[in-house]
Amino acid sequence: MPGKLKVKIVAGRHLPVMDRASDLTDAFVEVKFGNTTFKTDVYLKSLNPQWNSEWFKFEVDDEDLQDEPLQITVLDHDTYSANDAIGKVYIDIDPLLYSEAATVISGWFPIYDTIHGIRGEINVIVKVDLFNDLNRFRQSSCGVKFFCTTSIPKCYRAVIIHGFVEELVVNEDPEYQWIDRIRTPRASNEARQRLISLMSGELQRKIGLKVLEMRGNAVVGYLQCFDLEGESGLVVRAIGTACTLDKLSSPAAFLPACNSPSKEMKEIPFNEDPNPNTHSSGPSTPLKNQTYSFSPSKSYSRQSSSSDTDLSLTPKTGMGSGSAGKEGGPFKALLRQQTQSALEQREFPFFTLTAFPPGFLVHVGGVVSARSVKLLDRIHNPAFVGIMGNTRSYKLLDWNSFNADEPETRDAWWAEIRQEIKSHAKALGCHAVVGYSESTSICEEVCILSASGTAAVLNPRFLQDGTVEGCLEQRLEENLPVGCGFCHIPYDELNMPFPAHLTYCYNCRKQKVPDVLFTTIDLPTDAAVVGKGCLIQARLCRLKKKAQAEANATAISNLLPFMEYEVHTQLMNKLKLKGMNALFGLRIQITVGENMLMGLASATGVYLAALPTPGGIQIAGKTPNDGSYEQHISHMQKKINDTIAKNKELYEINPPEISEEVIGSPIPEPRQRSRLLRSQSESSDEVIELDLSHGKKDAFVLEIDDTDAMEDVHSLLTDVPPPSGFYSCNTEIMPGINNWTSEIQMFTSVRVIRLSSLNLTNQALNKNFNDLCENLLKSLYFKLRSMIPCCLCHVNFTVSLPEDELIQVTVTAVAITFDKNQALQTIKTHVEKSLQRASTDNEELLQFPLELCSDSLPPHPFPPAKEHLESASSNSGIPAAQRATSVDYSSFADRCSSWIELIKLKAQTIRRGSIKTTVTVEKASPVAEGNFRNRSAPPCANSTVGVVKMTPLSFIPGAKITKYLGIINMFFIRETTSLREEGGVSGFLHAFIAEVFAMVRAHVAALGGNAVVSYIMKQCVFMENPNKNQAQCLINVSGDAVVFVRESDLEVISTQQPTANCQPLCTGGEVTT
Amino acid sequence: MTNELDIFVGNTTLIDEDVYRLWLDGYSVSDAVARRVRSGILEQTGATAAVLQSDTMDHYRTFHMLERLLHAPPKLLHQLIFQIPPSRQALLIERYYAFDEAFVREVLGKKLSKGTKKDLDDISTKTGITLKSCRRQFDNFKRVFKVVEEMRGSLVDNIQQHFLLSDRLSRDYAAIVFFANNRFETGKKKLQYLSFGDFAFCAELMIQNWTLGAVDSQVDDMDVDLDKEFLQDLKELKVLVADKDLLDLHKSLVCTALRGKLSVFSEMEANFKNLSRGLVNVAAKLIHNKDVRDLFVDLIEKFVEPCRSDHWPLNDVRLFLNQYSASVHSLDGFRHQTLWDRYMGTLRGCLLRLYHD
Repeated sequence: MPGKLKVKIVAGRHLPVMDRASDLTDAFVEVKFGNTTFKTDVYLKSLNPQWNSEWFKFEVDDEDLQDEPLQITVLDHDTYSANDAIGKVYIDIDPLLYSEAATVISGWFPIYDTIHGIRGEINVIVKVDLFNDLNRFRQSSCGVKFFCTTSIPKCYRAVIIHGFVEELVVNEDPEYQWIDRIRTPRASNEARQRLISLMSGELQRKIGLKVLEMRGNAVVGYLQCFDLEGESGLVVRAIGTACTLDKLSSPAAFLPACNSPSKEMKEIPFNEDPNPNTHSSGPSTPLKNQTYSFSPSKSYSRQSSSSDTDLSLTPKTGMGSGSAGKEGGPFKALLRQQTQSALEQREFPFFTLTAFPPGFLVHVGGVVSARSVKLLDRIHNPAFVGIMGNTRSYKLLDWNSFNADEPETRDAWWAEIRQEIKSHAKALGCHAVVGYSESTSICEEVCILSASGTAAVLNPRFLQDGTVEGCLEQRLEENLPVGCGFCHIPYDELNMPFPAHLTYCYNCRKQKVPDVLFTTIDLPTDAAVVGKGCLIQARLCRLKKKAQAEANATAISNLLPFMEYEVHTQLMNKLKLKGMNALFGLRIQITVGENMLMGLASATGVYLAALPTPGGIQIAGKTPNDGSYEQHISHMQKKINDTIAKNKELYEINPPEISEEVIGSPIPEPRQRSRLLRSQSESSDEVIELDLSHGKKDAFVLEIDDTDAMEDVHSLLTDVPPPSGFYSCNTEIMPGINNWTSEIQMFTSVRVIRLSSLNLTNQALNKNFNDLCENLLKSLYFKLRSMIPCCLCHVNFTVSLPEDELIQVTVTAVAITFDKNQALQTIKTHVEKSLQRASTDNEELLQFPLELCSDSLPPHPFPPAKEHLESASSNSGIPAAQRATSVDYSSFADRCSSWIELIKLKAQTIRRGSIKTTVTVEKASPVAEGNFRNRSAPPCANSTVGVVKMTPLSFIPGAKITKYLGIINMFFIRETTSLREEGGVSGFLHAFIAEVFAMVRAHVAALGGNAVVSYIMKQCVFMENPNKNQAQCLINVSGDAVVFVRESDLEVISTQQPTANCQPLCTGGEVTT
Repeated sequence: MTNELDIFVGNTTLIDEDVYRLWLDGYSVSDAVARRVRSGILEQTGATAAVLQSDTMDHYRTFHMLERLLHAPPKLLHQLIFQIPPSRQALLIERYYAFDEAFVREVLGKKLSKGTKKDLDDISTKTGITLKSCRRQFDNFKRVFKVVEEMRGSLVDNIQQHFLLSDRLSRDYAAIVFFANNRFETGKKKLQYLSFGDFAFCAELMIQNWTLGAVDSQVDDMDVDLDKEFLQDLKELKVLVADKDLLDLHKSLVCTALRGKLSVFSEMEANFKNLSRGLVNVAAKLIHNKDVRDLFVDLIEKFVEPCRSDHWPLNDVRLFLNQYSASVHSLDGFRHQTLWDRYMGTLRGCLLRLYHD
């Protein structure tokens, strides 16, 4: 019984009128957790009841704490008939289970009803006392932190990046159970919401266990998705990257990572250097640690825990950091063997991260993707039928032991696809895949599973340890030219996986680079870019005959290669039209419908200075003798050339002219080639490798031989650039803009169009789809015109085909304004670039001195940030971060010793939960945070609602994230039987999305946060039946709740900073030596 | 290809002031789009009419959802569904409760009942204000009236507290509530030249001096109902015109003081008795509800019109009224000095405001 959950119901407000006679309500509240229910008194005749209840205490397993949501139901008391439900609040108490996240959940929550929407608010306080549990066979994984953010969270340092974790759980969908025929829509929706909440809790706990097995303490880039398979069930699956994170407290901003070097590593010279081990001290177990580095989620056995188990109980075990610095060069060969053998054990060297610490990413190979078409079968599990009403039955969800059949199938499907991805990466000479993601598209019983990522070579240096930066400088200088290293090809030039056009790098002139680079990751911060970037989309529709089962699956898999090919061609054409040579954040979504397939690819185009200038687009006609036709062709050609010129101007692409001699002779036979290595398989497992390169043409030639091709060219030219003052990208940051102001506006826009069903052709379909997307973008630009100059960042399009003739497009993005004056500045030289980079690096370092002071150490030898800046500017070739860290080593030892003292002091109390309220914590955090909050939300005369920002980005411009409060993962269903009265489909969905935002904000505010970062709307399933005046919508959102402080405020309160920072140190207990 | 569904939801609710104005003015979406097109916004932004249509629809939907909250402005501040910066919230409320001069002149002093609501069609036709907008304004009046009607404390403060309006707008609403409660006639032809501002000014003076609240701040309805006792007492003033000696004495006092100071002295001298009778009789009659309603008509007929026909300059009216009220203090036989001051102080202010073309 290792946990006590305490809940207090304080008050309600704005309740709906439940008694028509008196225009009032007699409200009371049921508080339910697991199987225990408490009730408050009935507060008679009020719309603003003050219950002020006692503390309801639930004594529960921590396993339950992780799985179950707290369920609060507000009801209207009725003497004569059944009590009427007003609405519910589900509170995920997971954030209370980490040692450094929130300590209390307290605030006003919207009372939500799946039929009526939000009906008033309720004020609730929730606390958790966790007791220490030494049971090593426990099933819970309390304390493992989850982050949606796909980079190392801002106030953490990665000690080890362990690698890929995945899990999925399956259940029957309550909506499709027999009981659904007799219960009300409300009961059905609530059963579904609750089930999904339980399943995601369980999923998170299971992933947490895997992370603990790997000796990690956090999951970064956590992405959880639902597959609503209809009749065949409900799948909740998640992927993420297991890490050992340290709350930032040392200047070693470098993240040491572990990954496997593969044989390709031989080409990297520094790999062979013995590793000067500067400060190895004390006995260590480097090997043991190392093996975890790439630990496969599956093959890892639990027996490894032994004595370390209780360490791993503390979320911030020091295993990683404690031994991180002690790896020695001599072990290297052995290590490689081990990691290599690890690779051969069918593990997945995948990373869901899209942004990395400098130096982590060595080379990028290109995009790898795999798709597979599957037929869904009903999930057979007799044990589930009919017992859904009993809450304990949810516990049977442990499918691996209970019914190994079904999840195994889904697992096997994904394993298959991951295997493919891995082999593609290998073919590109890469040992890892970064920016990895998975998705599905389901229509009736056909399901397309997709996975994609970017093949990459990661720095093997991170294998050894995280803190050996002494040797790094010189190595970087030798081998990793700043800003272009990642562009260099990872594969063998003579043995290329596909025909490619290589030149010497335009930046360092030493290594070979491809002419075009496609990736799924964010633009590395140190990449040398010319001009600005822009959003590039390829859109495509293909009609498909309606068919059943096998035939349908076959038809789809036959269409897929053509779709991929065309999407790719479109991307390439549009990229060239923009005069750019690389795509970042590429996301290709293939959606399947009853009678069509849709493909939508979004990416951010940039001009990488290291890559060659893209050639133009040439148009060639097939009937050269026709005079007027010739004229037409040349006219088109001129238009295209004009567009390219215009775009170059618009995006400020004017790379320095380099004469051919300087570059050295380019490799002969220049060709266009693609980096998209893809394959797709049907159930039969046949793998087709597509060569997407366009033959051996000298330039990019579009042949206009039929009307189709004509259409293609036209559609190329119809993409209108955003109005002046607007930029857009689908990555975190817009290349070429770095002077963001603090004004941000996150939004979601949904559009559904109905196609006229008469004689639809592919062209008409394409045009409709294209117009839909373009018009949507135009609307966004118009709506946000008051924010000019501004950039739409992280533009995320999702396409779905809810019905035969309906296309639904959902867009979520954030508009950020930037400072116009600086924005107008022209291209910087490379020197300026690196200078800037150095200074931004330094900005990141700024917090270290502050935090070091908080250690209550004697004055530190660590030089103040200003010095860094100066030294950095004087020596711009080397990223400042590295030098900063090396400087710090002098002080490492004594800091360690004082840490030890600190740890000793706290040793008794460091176990989480029970000491949540040590004196230090009490003193430190409320004061500081109180200040933060006051500042970020200036007290306005009579408003009581604090502002909560939401953004799909991992950061908030002009502000510093000081604390991560936990993951927000919410699932809502809304249904109506009075669609017309609620303003039709638009009114219904508009209100629902606004309500979802409100509930997310309320939860964040109750956790003590003032923003959600890495926010994503993962699902927005909308179904309507206008004839019956009905509609239903399911929305799933997630993000990280954080506390941020404006940078301008940060200076003001810097005096309080030390106290504020004391808290994470004390409670975290990140060091054990 | 038709847009089945088309929405935009921002974390911070976007409010377009121009569209809000159009919505408040009661234009349909298509009319609003047409007006926006005419404003030249398409040329400025390079947008298409379809974009404008979609944008307008979105805003209208948002306003429609906000309207429920605007009916109880404190709710707008505490609600969680729409994240709106405080300054924008204030703007939304203030604009929602703002009203058209032409409309308020039609409704001022009328009973805020269903019957009046039925006449809104005519008012709409007459004023050129859309029926929708008329309804909103009428409902606003009625809502404010219902909430503050039976409340203790200052009328203006109550309105401000419950509707979060600016000081200026709260005062206007106080006047509207006061007029509606006392049903003052403002629609007669001879009153047409008066603006809402004129009436609001008078209302404020009357609230300050003639209501229960003027003497006791702890009663219900204190600022909405006239002080009955005071009205009752007013008939005591009749002696000023009924007693011939007193009237003559009063006249001579005024004439002596004003001789040579008025450009219309002779006219004043000739008219004094008429004017004084008029003013005192108005006071004496106020005991009857019907005469309270006709207060403004009487004031115009008995005082403003006679003066105007003799072309009194405003300054002469001021000098006359000052002297007229002050001289009563020198009438030894007159015992109701305080009552006179309470009556005449307010009336003087009102008359000066009402005296214009």
